[in-house]
Amino acid sequence: MESYFALIIGAIFINNILLAKFLGNCPFLGVSKKMDTAIGMSAAVVFVLTLAGAITWIVDNYILQPLGIGYIQTLAFILVIATLVQFVELFLRKSIPTLYKSLGIFLPLITTNCAVLGVAILNIQQGFGLLESVVFSAASASGFGLALVLFAGIRERYEISRIPKALQGTGIGLVTAGYLALSFFAFKGMI
Amino acid sequence: MTTLTREFTKGLWDEIPIFRIVLGLCPTLAVTTSLENGLGMGLAATFVLVCSNGLVSALRKLIPADVRVACYIVIIATFVVCVEMIMKAYFFTLSESLGIFIPLIVVNCIILGRAEAFAKKNGVLASLADGLGMGLGFTLALCVLGSIRELLGAGTLGLFFGERVFLAEPFAFLQQAPGAFVTLGLLLGLMNVVGKK
Repeated sequence: MESYFALIIGAIFINNILLAKFLGNCPFLGVSKKMDTAIGMSAAVVFVLTLAGAITWIVDNYILQPLGIGYIQTLAFILVIATLVQFVELFLRKSIPTLYKSLGIFLPLITTNCAVLGVAILNIQQGFGLLESVVFSAASASGFGLALVLFAGIRERYEISRIPKALQGTGIGLVTAGYLALSFFAFKGMI
Repeated sequence: MTTLTREFTKGLWDEIPIFRIVLGLCPTLAVTTSLENGLGMGLAATFVLVCSNGLVSALRKLIPADVRVACYIVIIATFVVCVEMIMKAYFFTLSESLGIFIPLIVVNCIILGRAEAFAKKNGVLASLADGLGMGLGFTLALCVLGSIRELLGAGTLGLFFGERVFLAEPFAFLQQAPGAFVTLGLLLGLMNVVGKK
């Protein structure tokens, strides 16, 4: 039980997937200008990443390993993720239209979110079991959501601040992300 | 011929990835702790970009428009698997230090972006030139970022000199994750000042 707690805290705060591991930075800068979109994207990532973590683990352990074709892991995982995203999109559109409406445009973008593929590969590399993989995926995704929402909150304030012309847009966004990452450093040494 | 040169050179300055087109940030931020890592990552991505651009362009009449993105991803992933194997066989230490960012070339938006924006509507030669230019531009950007972070952050430049070349106390912040964001942000600002048309 304790190890799961350490895994969760570690994945959310200490090795934050966005700010310490640099996975999923494109949506981080792309959709963080408004709070609504940031929340929508976070929810979509939590949902897909947790599912993808479980399914890629099963594919790796029950299909790729027994057949001895671990070297096509990258190819197999990206196909699984792309299919999963399509499937989730179809399923949500048919059964939960309200959720589909709010996540809609973010779902297809997730296929090329390197956080999903990255966490899937990390699960295998670190030799996690199925339950650990699911916990780690969900915690990493929550870390992604936390960082994204915090960042969007800061970025919304820029609308009323004066920013040097050359740094406007992505430039100041990156600098801010740097200082946000620095504040997460305070959690180092907790575990 | 002039158009081919044009397709090649636009990636090196006018539309240089990272600085002009802000795509493919994850590997950029993660692996540029040293010049050597940046160069390795850049060349690996260039190889994939050139091959996938060429193949996508060659198959552009055969790929159905509805499932094109899935097809591009399969093509890209195939070349990434090749790169993974080549790196493990011949550049083992480099592949260890780049870690999961080699398989993650699959989801590098620059590569999918070029397939979608260029290779699907241009000829094979033009696409190869475009891929090579964009890839080398990406490599150049990674090298600049890697050199700055290694030289000022660790005081060394491992690719050229064995020992410390930067004699003042190194600024270790630049080697850490936050330093990556701040350096790239300031470089983008600098590019805006220098390159304003």
